[in-house]
Amino acid sequence: MSFKVPKKLGDEIDERITHYPVKRSATLMLLHAIQEHFGYVSQEAIEWIAAKLELQPLNVYEVVTFYPMFRQEPAGKYVIKVCRTLSCMLGGSHDLFKDLCKSLKLDPNKHGLQTTKDGRFSIEFVECLASCGTAPVMMINEDFHEAVTTEHAKGLLSKCK
Amino acid sequence: MPEEYRLILKNADADGYTPDIKCYLKHGGYEALAKVLKMRGRTVDDKKFTAQEYLREEVKRSGLRGRGGAGFSCGLKWSFVDRRSGKPIYLICNADESEPGTFKDRQIIHKDPHQLIEGMIISCWANDVNLAYIYIRGEFPEGARILENALAEARKKNFLGKNICDSGYDLEIHVHRGAGAYICGEETGLIESLEGKRAYPRIKPPYFPAVLGLYMCPTIVNNVETLCGVKHIVEMGADKFATLGTPNNTGTRIVSLSGHVKRPGYYEIEVGKATLGELIYHENFGGGLREGRTLKAIVPGGSSAKVFKAGEKFKLKKRLPDGKMEENEVDLLDLPYDFDSLMSAGSMSGSGAIIVMDDSTDIVAALANLSEFYAHESCGQCTPCREGSLWMSKALHRLSHGEGRKADADYLTGIAKNIQGRTICAFGEACSWPVLSFVGKFKDEFEARGEADEKARDSGAA
Repeated sequence: MSFKVPKKLGDEIDERITHYPVKRSATLMLLHAIQEHFGYVSQEAIEWIAAKLELQPLNVYEVVTFYPMFRQEPAGKYVIKVCRTLSCMLGGSHDLFKDLCKSLKLDPNKHGLQTTKDGRFSIEFVECLASCGTAPVMMINEDFHEAVTTEHAKGLLSKCK
Repeated sequence: MPEEYRLILKNADADGYTPDIKCYLKHGGYEALAKVLKMRGRTVDDKKFTAQEYLREEVKRSGLRGRGGAGFSCGLKWSFVDRRSGKPIYLICNADESEPGTFKDRQIIHKDPHQLIEGMIISCWANDVNLAYIYIRGEFPEGARILENALAEARKKNFLGKNICDSGYDLEIHVHRGAGAYICGEETGLIESLEGKRAYPRIKPPYFPAVLGLYMCPTIVNNVETLCGVKHIVEMGADKFATLGTPNNTGTRIVSLSGHVKRPGYYEIEVGKATLGELIYHENFGGGLREGRTLKAIVPGGSSAKVFKAGEKFKLKKRLPDGKMEENEVDLLDLPYDFDSLMSAGSMSGSGAIIVMDDSTDIVAALANLSEFYAHESCGQCTPCREGSLWMSKALHRLSHGEGRKADADYLTGIAKNIQGRTICAFGEACSWPVLSFVGKFKDEFEARGEADEKARDSGAA
């Protein structure tokens, strides 16, 4: 198998597993760790995690396909998540999403994650991000941005090199 | 004058207050824990209580109700725990905060994480728990980091780990991250997820977490705000805690206010001491609607709560001191914001999230938005919910995109009625209640929209 986990990540993973009396419980945390490092969860990664936790690959695969945050393909360098749900909609998130898609030359009506041709940005219209009082909200990778206007968002994107 | 009462968020927004343990200790942090660890068993009215039993009784007596959504008595929930099984007891803090409209727990996690951890340690001690988890939603990566740092700090000071503060009590707490699934807020779904599986809720009976929870062991699942409440009960005593708020609706709660108000945000109030109208219009809270707008609708307790239409009136029954029942007519805006009043008015205060919609709101589009959310988030385990939530979403999509029919209103109601009560978990109700209430209360708008679409199609065909 060509899939290699660097030592530091491997150590972190081994430590995570000790948090649970049953190894299988570590599945989500391991998937997060792998996705953060490699950018996505590959078939090899699924098999690696399964072996690590003494599970069948299917047990890990069914988790990957259930939870919206795990992806099986690489995403752009910057992953933008715009909140779609009611409070943000009332705050104008649907226009924000359309404007951003337009400026990235992507389709606002397409479901799921889309990536620009140059691989720099991915964008997704996601469900509630739990910051409804400062609608509309979006995330760029792990950073939260609140009360975002289109102009503000475009300024943020221009800083993503 | 209705105003905020900051108990849980007392320090969170104070100048110079930081989330590290040094700052928390400086503000009296972990003193409640020290108090608890010194507690001894006692005899009350000829009944013997161990120290742990006594604290559990205190929590029951305080009247603390769960802040996650159901509003169930925390003390009662703890009393259901099977303590004779010989199996370990687990406690899980539900920090999934996934109910649309809710953003209160993130304030605690980001600004005052040690308060939550102290509340958890006390609750674990009271329930003989030695291993606990904080299940935090995947979209809070920063929150997860803050909590892990805070746990490491607490471990260093021996508030966690072996023989906590020389009391002989051992406890470890770990952070577990979700990954974007709403259903993980449902406690049995959360448990499945913590076991490393798809978050398929379990059927009750027999899988009551208090008996057959995590790893089929007795398990307590409490919301972030509820666990913080326990710390304050210890600090001020159950009787004093019970004087906050209103009878049967004690303590404070953090209201998440969003939508079309001038000052959206989180406001901590004594439960029931402010009305819905005050929360929306008073200058201490929402500050009213935007200029020139009138109220159209309120979702009073997170997106699953049944919607209120502006101008609604309710007949509320109230028990008088002499035991007789009195019935009063109450305007929507005069409803005290507590668990019981909202329930008597046919909805719920749920997770404490109020979403305000003014007359600029397209009510069909608003419901279409919520239904799309539920269609996306149904775990897919039960057929009525998996198929029904998608049918409703599709019908609402066509209705909000000029392709509706007049009969869609009844069609939607029919589907919703066939979902509720026919699913393993409460998601069935959560996805059908918005449809039943929006379509029920704004039926003319839904029918007019469908009728206009039909006419447009007819004239187009001609």
